[in-house]
Amino acid sequence: MLNGLQSMGQRGLSFFSRLGRATLFFLRILAALPSLFLKPRLLVVQLYSVGVLSFQLIAISGLAVGMVLGLQMYNTLVDFGAENSLGPVVALSLVRELGPVLAALLFAGRAGSALTAEIGLMKATEQLSGMEMMAVDPIKRIVAPRYLAGVISLPLLAAIFSAAGIIGSYIIGISLLGIDTGAFWSQMQIKVDWYDDVLNGIIKSIVFGVVATWIAVFEGYDAPPTTEGVSRATTRTVVHTAFAVLGLDFILTALMFG
Amino acid sequence: MSSSRVNKIHHTEQAIVVQNLRFSRGERLILDGVDIQVPRGKITAIMGPSGTGKTTLLGLIGGQLQPDSGTVSVENHIVSTLSRTELYRLRQRMGMLFQSGALFSDLSVYDNVAFPLREHADFSAAMIHDLVMMKLHAVGLRGACNLMPNELSAGMARRVALARAIALDPMLIMYDEPFTGQDPITVSVIMRLIRRLNDSLGLTSIVISHDVPEVCAIADQIYLLSSGQVVASGSPDELHRSESPWVVQFLSAQPDGPIPFHFPAKDFIDDMAESP
Repeated sequence: MLNGLQSMGQRGLSFFSRLGRATLFFLRILAALPSLFLKPRLLVVQLYSVGVLSFQLIAISGLAVGMVLGLQMYNTLVDFGAENSLGPVVALSLVRELGPVLAALLFAGRAGSALTAEIGLMKATEQLSGMEMMAVDPIKRIVAPRYLAGVISLPLLAAIFSAAGIIGSYIIGISLLGIDTGAFWSQMQIKVDWYDDVLNGIIKSIVFGVVATWIAVFEGYDAPPTTEGVSRATTRTVVHTAFAVLGLDFILTALMFG
Repeated sequence: MSSSRVNKIHHTEQAIVVQNLRFSRGERLILDGVDIQVPRGKITAIMGPSGTGKTTLLGLIGGQLQPDSGTVSVENHIVSTLSRTELYRLRQRMGMLFQSGALFSDLSVYDNVAFPLREHADFSAAMIHDLVMMKLHAVGLRGACNLMPNELSAGMARRVALARAIALDPMLIMYDEPFTGQDPITVSVIMRLIRRLNDSLGLTSIVISHDVPEVCAIADQIYLLSSGQVVASGSPDELHRSESPWVVQFLSAQPDGPIPFHFPAKDFIDDMAESP
């Protein structure tokens, strides 16, 4: 009984200590962001690595999700003679929910885990210590450009995901199932609101970008400098990001649409 | 409060003065009242068995670790009291050769050596090129400037790291186990480089090592560390003449003596009698 309480206490202390370190780390990143104005090339390189290299996965996943959504929605809508509403139903699902959430989950698996592994391995091979001893702040040189690249990339990737999904449902709905093209696009134009739907989706993906990239760079920077430590940190990045994104999505949805 | 008054302490002859330094990790005491003086322009070696806190001492000198008590003064600055900006300014005058080399794996040899110059000096590309080539020439690797770190042998990687460490012409350079895992030719090359760079550039050098013959051949003075304390110090000749059982055991590599062969444990019979 006492051992159980002690163990719970230790876990609680460890959790809050880590949360404190992560918060201080986040504040140091924010303080380091202005330094990127002096070296924009660092950001451009990371935008390519974090954003552009994730494009293929995001676009193909978006297309596949849109095609499946198109098929599933059509089968339901046709029973009520509402198959012409396929466009807005798919678009609203993607823009409000699936685009930001699935793009964030895929981002965590593709770019987040890579960021954690890269920073963790730099720590394990003393590259970060070497940088510090050369009077170069690793937060400014390594972490800040990767962080900002993630925050910029995720909303764009979410938009690409949603656009690819709409194209996927268009291919299925128009080419395969014979829905009227004019009805598909005009219904979508009428039902999807810029402020209520698109803007809220963008806000969601920005929040997910801030949190997912923060988790990824913190896990790498805080990883024990061993093979096992980096491996576990990489796993934690994907798991923690998934929980954080799903939890935040519920809260944001309740605030925006509740 | 004037930071210059608080942060400064004047030692004219010594580049580094370590006074009554204590450092622990959790419950474990790593350094227990260490006193070391590193004279300017000399090679000072810090030796001792593995796990005695030698690399930790370098971390404290470089300001990467904070001592529990005691002071480390580098060029009259008390390291633990410096702000981040002041510490980084001091580090620009310090070079460090890590045991692993710590080369940036995504940069070529040329870019690794150019890195500190690009970060801290406002030089033209032509000037940086000349300086990088000079540093690489000094370590005999001018021809390897276009290679990536994963194309280098361990010895070459350490020499590139050395070229990078001297890129900003530091006043102090710290070598962490420079000979470990090197073949005899590379050991000889690195030994000559340490001595030559120290003398020609007027550096102060600290070499952390447990390779007795190599260190004795190049060091001007040696500190022997055991269990977090300095147990002997002096020139290599003085230490070889020492009759201290600790010094004799370490320098002649005897397996048992004041430094026990066995890690502290309970009685052997008790351990054997204990069922799993």
